[in-house]
Amino acid sequence: MALLVVVWVINAYLVDLFSDRLVSTSLHQILNAVFAVCMALAVCFLYFWGSNWLLDKFLATDHSMTVDTVTRRDATRSNIRPWLFILPALLFLVIYLVYPVIETVRLSLFDKYGQTFVGAENYAWALGDGGFWQAALNNLGWLIIVPLFSTALGLIIATLADRLWWGNIAKSLVFMPMAISFVGASVIWKFVYAYKGPGIAQIGVLNGIVTAMGLPPQAWITIPILNSILLMIILIWIQTGFAMVILSAALRGVPEETLEAARIDGANGFRIFFDIMIPQIWGTIIVVWTTITITVLKVFDIVFAMTNGEFQTQVLANYMYRWMFISGDYGKGSTIAVIIMLVVIPIMVWNIRRANAEQGTR
Amino acid sequence: MASIATTPDVVQARPVGLPKVKIGRLAAHLALLALVVLWTFPTVGLLISSVRDKDQLALSGWWTALSHSTLMSASRPGSADKAVQAGDHWEIKGNLFGNPNGQTIETYGATNATIGKTPAGQPLNMSDGGTITVQPNGDFAWDFPQQPTFSGAPRIYYVTGSPPRFTLENYIAVLTSTGVAQSFINSITVAIPSTVIPIMIAAFAAYALAWMQFPFRGFIVALVVGLLVVPLQMSLIPLLRIYNVVANNINGLAGQNIVESKSYLGVWLAHTAFGLPLAIYLLRNYMAGLPREIMESARIDGASHFKTFTTMVLPLSFPALASFAIFQFLWIWNDLLVALVFLGAQDNRQVLTARLVNLLGQYGNNWEVLTAAAFISIVVPLIVFFSLQRYFVRGLLAGSVK
Repeated sequence: MALLVVVWVINAYLVDLFSDRLVSTSLHQILNAVFAVCMALAVCFLYFWGSNWLLDKFLATDHSMTVDTVTRRDATRSNIRPWLFILPALLFLVIYLVYPVIETVRLSLFDKYGQTFVGAENYAWALGDGGFWQAALNNLGWLIIVPLFSTALGLIIATLADRLWWGNIAKSLVFMPMAISFVGASVIWKFVYAYKGPGIAQIGVLNGIVTAMGLPPQAWITIPILNSILLMIILIWIQTGFAMVILSAALRGVPEETLEAARIDGANGFRIFFDIMIPQIWGTIIVVWTTITITVLKVFDIVFAMTNGEFQTQVLANYMYRWMFISGDYGKGSTIAVIIMLVVIPIMVWNIRRANAEQGTR
Repeated sequence: MASIATTPDVVQARPVGLPKVKIGRLAAHLALLALVVLWTFPTVGLLISSVRDKDQLALSGWWTALSHSTLMSASRPGSADKAVQAGDHWEIKGNLFGNPNGQTIETYGATNATIGKTPAGQPLNMSDGGTITVQPNGDFAWDFPQQPTFSGAPRIYYVTGSPPRFTLENYIAVLTSTGVAQSFINSITVAIPSTVIPIMIAAFAAYALAWMQFPFRGFIVALVVGLLVVPLQMSLIPLLRIYNVVANNINGLAGQNIVESKSYLGVWLAHTAFGLPLAIYLLRNYMAGLPREIMESARIDGASHFKTFTTMVLPLSFPALASFAIFQFLWIWNDLLVALVFLGAQDNRQVLTARLVNLLGQYGNNWEVLTAAAFISIVVPLIVFFSLQRYFVRGLLAGSVK
């Protein structure tokens, strides 16, 4: 509470002592954010502590009460308390995730402004729309190539790194792109793909290599199909680190006795890798694969920053953004969102069943 | 033995599968080295480029950054009427740069094709008559045996060289003139509350889901797991509509515009909600793994759930809280979509990612701007990542394998 007051006082009076306007407005903005944090923590504390205190006060038990009353009150308290704990989270989830999902499905059956019911018209539009099919086909390519290469490369790097003394440094470096934003990664790779006309020194690495081999430089981003693959490379670059970390942990879990037994039986390294280790970590490979699949389905930033869907690189998430926020068409935008959701649902169901199965064993 | 265990949980070093012959080890070293180079060169290139002189950056690849860079130019020494008599001959004197400016001419020629033929200081016969000598500092003397009569003003083509130059000028320029500094502040403004707020809300919910008995518990856990993978795209339109309605109603009641539908508050709440499924999932898994005896002994001592949670479970869950906080921070700092939709695209509201996309459109070929701006945007997550990698990895493992 005291902190709240301090932040407020600094914000209200002291910051303006800086003569530089930019400095003082920036400070105001950050202090407002800090103030919001303190405020939120205070509200959370008041709610959780206060509601628990109220519950204990109004349903208190003492020795003067009959056994019946005590039992009843105890039961009521322990019935109510979990809901006090979970209520704020539940409210957020319902308002920000559950309701919007239902609402988006509803909007996909309505017109541009979300007012007139049009039935399946938007879906019929999607099925007949060339742009949609192009985005869907590109997305299919992303869905196959990105998880495949990320998982395979992650597995290779994990296997190599775990048997070399500098493996951990190598893993850190491969893992690093996970921390970089998709937009930052896009700038990094756009620089790799940069193009200057023939006869001029190239500043992009890719064209540097190509011209060093005596071939003409290319404007890579504008060449259909190839450019989609070049965009996928960005996501593979980011996601391989994720696959590597998870698979590396799984590889360490393969029992040493199994490997020893195989070695005694005379299996060579490759046989051990493909016949024993891969089957042992198969479950983890599937988890990695599906997690990357979900990321791929949501990929928006990379295409938005690199080409914005030009040169036939459109994907569904970006196509949806275009219909929703550039064309302002709620119906068509929602329809594309629902179609993305439909692809996610099998993975979601599988995840839930897996989580349930785990709870059974706990 | 083939490998050295470097993480504490692996006590025993053990060989992994592949044959233990020398050649195999060498191949493994080389293969991994190649992969690591492949993974790091793009970032290294960006970093090196961002500190290069902007003229050098525009004209040569970053892999040549340490070598001497050259530049081709041309200028006109002068026309025939500039010639003055000096003793028994005529001459035109001057400097190819106008004035000496520190650049060094290496070679020159009368045409683009012969630009590399004559080293500076050596004389060159001109097709317009006479002999020109260009000095490295740009001074030239064009000698004619008699008064020259050529028409026009021919060009001299020359190659200047400059030593490699590294500088922070690009960063200063980007921070002062492109709004990146403002965006940096905006990103911080968005990230701090959005990281802190969900933690407490999620921790209470996670405790209830892990250690309290109540109807629909299984259903809520399943809901959380399901919501983990719901694409954000599903939420955008309905939420934007809710925000609009709320803002309109408040403004209507107040009779004036006091709130906007696109605000920092809106982004904080949206990020809080979008982070909650992962937060609850991670924390619940972690709390469920805490020893049952601790809970039971606390209960026997008469501690309420509230007390058990705040005094024992919360401190014990610190590693999981840290994992989530890192995840959430990185995700918010790197997010583009939520900021774009809920904060809007006005210039003074853009977060770093949105600014970077803008700069890509605006300064598509000014790599000195783009590389410096990109590095500014990735430096914070990189610091967080490298200093807190352990928690990050732990969170990843808990979030997807359990």
